[in-house]
Amino acid sequence: MISDHMADSRAAELGHILILAGGLSPEREVSLRSGDRIRDALRGAGVDADAVDADAALIPLLTSDPPTAVFPAIHGKDGEDGAIREVLGLLGIPYVGSAAHACRLAFDKPVAKALVAAAGLTTPESVTLPRETFHDLGAGAVLERIVAKLGLPLFVKPARGGSALGAGPVRTADELPAAMISCFAYGDTALVERFAQGTEVAVGVIDLGDGPQPLPAVEIVPASGWFDYAARYTAGRTEYYAPARLSDQSARAVAAAAVTAHTALGLRDLSRSDLIVDPSGEVFFLEANVAPGMTDTSTLPMALEAAGRDFGVLCRDLLFLAANRKS
Amino acid sequence: MSNDPRQRLDRYVDQYAARARTMVASEIRALFAVAARPEIVSLAGGMPYITALPLDAVGELAGQLVTDCGAVALQYGSGQGDPGLRESICEVMALEGIRAHPDEVVVTVGSQQALDLMTRIFIDPGDVVLAEAPSYVGALATFASYQASVVHVPMDDDGIIPEALEETIARLAAAGKRIKFLYSVPTFHNPAAVTLPAQRRARVLDICRRSDLLLIEDNPYGLLGFDGEPQRALRADSADGVVYLGSFSKTIASGLRVGWALAPHGIRDKLVLAAESAVLCTSSLAQLMVREYLATQPWQDQIKVFCELYAERRDAMLSALEASMPTGCRWTRPGGGFYVWLKLPDGLNSKVMLPRAISARVAYVPGTGFYADGSGSEYLRLSFCYPEPARIKEGVRRLAGVVEAEIELRDTFGSWPADTPA
Repeated sequence: MISDHMADSRAAELGHILILAGGLSPEREVSLRSGDRIRDALRGAGVDADAVDADAALIPLLTSDPPTAVFPAIHGKDGEDGAIREVLGLLGIPYVGSAAHACRLAFDKPVAKALVAAAGLTTPESVTLPRETFHDLGAGAVLERIVAKLGLPLFVKPARGGSALGAGPVRTADELPAAMISCFAYGDTALVERFAQGTEVAVGVIDLGDGPQPLPAVEIVPASGWFDYAARYTAGRTEYYAPARLSDQSARAVAAAAVTAHTALGLRDLSRSDLIVDPSGEVFFLEANVAPGMTDTSTLPMALEAAGRDFGVLCRDLLFLAANRKS
Repeated sequence: MSNDPRQRLDRYVDQYAARARTMVASEIRALFAVAARPEIVSLAGGMPYITALPLDAVGELAGQLVTDCGAVALQYGSGQGDPGLRESICEVMALEGIRAHPDEVVVTVGSQQALDLMTRIFIDPGDVVLAEAPSYVGALATFASYQASVVHVPMDDDGIIPEALEETIARLAAAGKRIKFLYSVPTFHNPAAVTLPAQRRARVLDICRRSDLLLIEDNPYGLLGFDGEPQRALRADSADGVVYLGSFSKTIASGLRVGWALAPHGIRDKLVLAAESAVLCTSSLAQLMVREYLATQPWQDQIKVFCELYAERRDAMLSALEASMPTGCRWTRPGGGFYVWLKLPDGLNSKVMLPRAISARVAYVPGTGFYADGSGSEYLRLSFCYPEPARIKEGVRRLAGVVEAEIELRDTFGSWPADTPA
């Protein structure tokens, strides 16, 4: 337990820190909300924190008045694909979270699935195809084989992206072409998975230097049955249970899966894995997030609360860890 | 910390009114949050080009107003609006052939509030509102918030089709439906960019008169024509059958939020009471700023400046569309206002295409927002009022690439599974 005095000195020692939020992906609005929440929580923990956008003014700002460390809260492309962290690395500015190369692996869902599968996790059977393949080989023949191999229902999502944008369930073959077109509006490669039915949970993982520790799983129960954009970001459209209503065995299994994913993907500091527990108790890995949402309706802050941990203090400690990584 | 693991995040979720159920986060709104960034060429929003105003003169006027009569300008005002401003509004409307008395005018927080008040005093849940297809998205949102049932009436290149209007009225009457009013933007329509010609205006007025149907004429763009004199307003030929909604948002400044309704006395009385219950009064400072601006500034010359600027941008957009859009696209050629209404090639969906456009750093408004039932996905609205001509050309060039990519996707997926043997 850190005393008030130690907490104050820790915050003072951090100096000025910046939160990166916004960006130009469709998740900009969500990111701005995450950034504001992190900033407010850090200020509440005594840290001198400001949120800034990632635009043409960023590099001049970071070079003219370098912060002690940066907390990246940009979601989607640019934020989670490693690009912005690569730039921070170029500038020699320490940051919270996974290194650029690990972000690239985690952000690419098919690559992440392959890596966690190699580490022993189960993921829904899937195929990954770029739009050119459908164009060059004929969509009809390819889609027919997909349905024949994976069956129905399916789940289609962009290989790289978040917040369920461009993603959706496909219950009948007739729905598949429209789902593919919606998916390709957000990216040029589609991941088509066998639909994993069961209890949906999000499990955060925190590593403050003593190894990755799982947070309580948060169970997600959207009123519409499908956790789409509206269900994610309209308060009240989804019920959350923190901790999730799982058996002890399942709770241990999802916690272990999230830690395994965090480790297998080479992630650092914090991550969130989205998982399904099917009726038999089997755990399916869906995807991992290196810049988890921190909005009022996001699961990681709920998990922290369920664990009795202070959000601002955690953000401060992660920044402290990052700042000391510099040396 | 509560022991209950259930977290609903909004404890009042079961207590909202039915009309709030559709107020949810949406992908489209998320995309528009990106569109506001300067990296994106936004052909989406209808923001007037305020920079063209003589801002120094407006600033001086505002300062003088507070110094000289701040005790009035910063005080509550009457619910109907400043009498001097209402007189000036009548002079503005005279440019469109309207003869009105200041007593018939109610000043509102933009014409949007006038529309809200009209809907509030006329619509019970389920009542029918007729609106052009497509119709102004802000009006549809207002109608939805009062649980009106919107029935669209088709338009062609000359605006609302009189025969279709007659047929719709008859059909609804036969079904026992109660139509409360027809909502129309007859001049430089938003979004369709068409204008009702004089002959058709007379027919529409005649149909409404015979059907005892109130007409709401929403006319924010009437003075923003690029050629010739302003169109004669519908209200100019029907004092008791038309409620006219006007706005200074496009002719002076949208941030002032000053508009008005011109209504027959009975409706006027109810509008005043409704306005008082909604906001007590429109901002006194904003009203007096508009009044002084009209009294002391060459406002008609300034409208000409706006028109020349918007005409140049319209031309830039039309020439760019001509030069770069793929075969199969069609678009309107507006004679005024802010918008071009574009029809995509068959099988394309402007709502689905929007993320690709944002990735290509260009934004537009999908047509679906302009239809109460969410149809209209084959259309999109392009706005030329705010970006400078070079940006408009770049935006259209980017959009053309987006449409081409979408055509390729349609061709790839369009025929499956219908043409595929089971």
